[in-house]
Amino acid sequence: MRTLLEVSGVSVSFDGFKAINNLSFQIAEGELRAVIGPNGAGKTTFMDIVTGKTRPNEGYVIWGERSVNLLKMSEAQIAQAGIGRKFQRPTVFEDQSVFDNLIMSLKNDRGPLGVLLYRRSARDNERVQELAEEIGLTDHLHRKAGELSHGQKQWLEIGMLLAQEPRLLLVDEPAAGMTLAEREHTTNLLKQAAKTRAVVVVEHDMDFVRRLDCKVTVLHEGSVLAEGSLDHVTQNQDVIDVYLGR
Amino acid sequence: MQRSFIARNPSVLIFLGILAVFTLGATILSEGFGIGLISTSMIKTLGKTLCLCLIAIAMDLVWGYCGILSLGHFAFFGLGGYMIGMWLMYARTENIILTSLAQAPIPPTDDEIRSAIGNQIFGVVGGSDFPLIWAFADSLTIQLVLVVLVPGLLALVFGWLAFRSRVTGVYLSILTQAMTLALSLYLFQNDSGLRGNNGLSGLQNIPGAKGVPQSIISIWFLWASAIALALGYILAAWMMSGKFGSVIRGIRDDEARVRFLGYSVETYKLVIFTVTAIIAAIAGALYYPQAGIINPAEIAPIASIYLAVWVAIGGRGRIYGAVIGAALVSLLSTWFTGGQAPSIPLGFYTIHWVDWWQVLLGVTFVLVTLFAPQGIGGAIDRLVRKGTQL
Repeated sequence: MRTLLEVSGVSVSFDGFKAINNLSFQIAEGELRAVIGPNGAGKTTFMDIVTGKTRPNEGYVIWGERSVNLLKMSEAQIAQAGIGRKFQRPTVFEDQSVFDNLIMSLKNDRGPLGVLLYRRSARDNERVQELAEEIGLTDHLHRKAGELSHGQKQWLEIGMLLAQEPRLLLVDEPAAGMTLAEREHTTNLLKQAAKTRAVVVVEHDMDFVRRLDCKVTVLHEGSVLAEGSLDHVTQNQDVIDVYLGR
Repeated sequence: MQRSFIARNPSVLIFLGILAVFTLGATILSEGFGIGLISTSMIKTLGKTLCLCLIAIAMDLVWGYCGILSLGHFAFFGLGGYMIGMWLMYARTENIILTSLAQAPIPPTDDEIRSAIGNQIFGVVGGSDFPLIWAFADSLTIQLVLVVLVPGLLALVFGWLAFRSRVTGVYLSILTQAMTLALSLYLFQNDSGLRGNNGLSGLQNIPGAKGVPQSIISIWFLWASAIALALGYILAAWMMSGKFGSVIRGIRDDEARVRFLGYSVETYKLVIFTVTAIIAAIAGALYYPQAGIINPAEIAPIASIYLAVWVAIGGRGRIYGAVIGAALVSLLSTWFTGGQAPSIPLGFYTIHWVDWWQVLLGVTFVLVTLFAPQGIGGAIDRLVRKGTQL
């Protein structure tokens, strides 16, 4: 399969501390990938670099078939290019309805004038209904997002990401703080999403990763320690030493 | 189906109704057109209050909706006032000079007229030449364009620099305050070209309306202010009720999320900052002909802080809240500081409201911030919700 995102030789340091050290990483179109690693392994920094929040000191981040350099783009431009990001904490617009949250996220013109003159089309209404069904919030469309439970907020955020129709979805610890049933729903959502786009899931929880049943990348001290199936990496001696052995 | 704009914003019709009744009522009770129960100076106060409500709407958009606590919007208000004031002062002085020179045995040349006008306007700061910025002061059309253009451009450049560097929160507030202070201090200088601390005066005399008494002119301005306020209210409600408003409120609540959704947060902030600066400028251009005088003290940072206090007391993030806050607090302020409020003798001490009004206002602000962060508008919202539930 063709490479969608290629991170090569990326390093970034904060006040002398190397958060990412010569990291190289590739993801193919339509791939589901889990990224694991102990605290401070650079998982979140990796996402920050890809989404444009942090600028690396060296290295390249190349995107899509036209090999665009993401390091030259702003966060908003990267998002428009097709990379969606879910934060660790659920971040939805709590003061606004679930419906408005989704409408705002739908893939449409992002410029101020276009947004000011925006009229909802029947297609957009339909899309919102579909998404709401997918994330299980059909009955809550007109509630304020702030009134939702923790799990529902996480799903809403995933729904907002899907509304953007990204080609790559970066998801940071989606299962944190969820009940078992909620986790299952989340797993299904992500697997479903990965059928039509690439998804990278950063996760701590091994059971959750096992359920995703996909290729796993282990990060340690800012670079890739091992890569392969979950069984493969969990038998790797280096991985056992730094991560699982404790 | 998408409901109509009015259906989504029931407060617009209510507001327009109240504003129409208020303006008509004031006209009927006025000295100029009606039965004379309300003095002309009171009409002017009411007209000025409407302008303050308009700038409060601007402040609510930029602060209440977008989360940018600007302490500089009175600078735009003042600049709007200065721009219209230049024409008012020039044209009126020209009329006076022409009348007085008409008796001269030899007809004066254009240069003589111009230097006489210059002497009249700038004599007070020891000059007689027109500074460059007065180049278009003889043209009402150009000065009206400048009312929008000068504050708009200042906001655009300032906002571009500030937002591009991702200055946010209290740092941005300090920056806007610094801008206001710098502008005010600059205008205080005699060679700033705008008559230093004397400011521009006699603005209540409208050139071309010779012989029209102030009682009539005050009603014109009351109506003009009311129309501007109505348009501003509709514009604000329209902008905030759709997806644009969603994005703006999103920026207030979680800037990073909006950015990762693909919206250029900086551009949106710049748009809202500049648009509200222009609204503020228009409010100022209507205010100062009613006030009669503008000087750099009007632009001092404290004015913009008051503006924030009005909006906070009225209720942030609700357009009618801003209007209520501005109207209530500024009218109360006029009453208390005008010496009409009865003093309270305590035996050992007498509370004179002229001195104690600021304390009362300050305490109210603190109490509102602590115990009713939603302000008066929040209380109204709760009542309405209760009413619809019954």
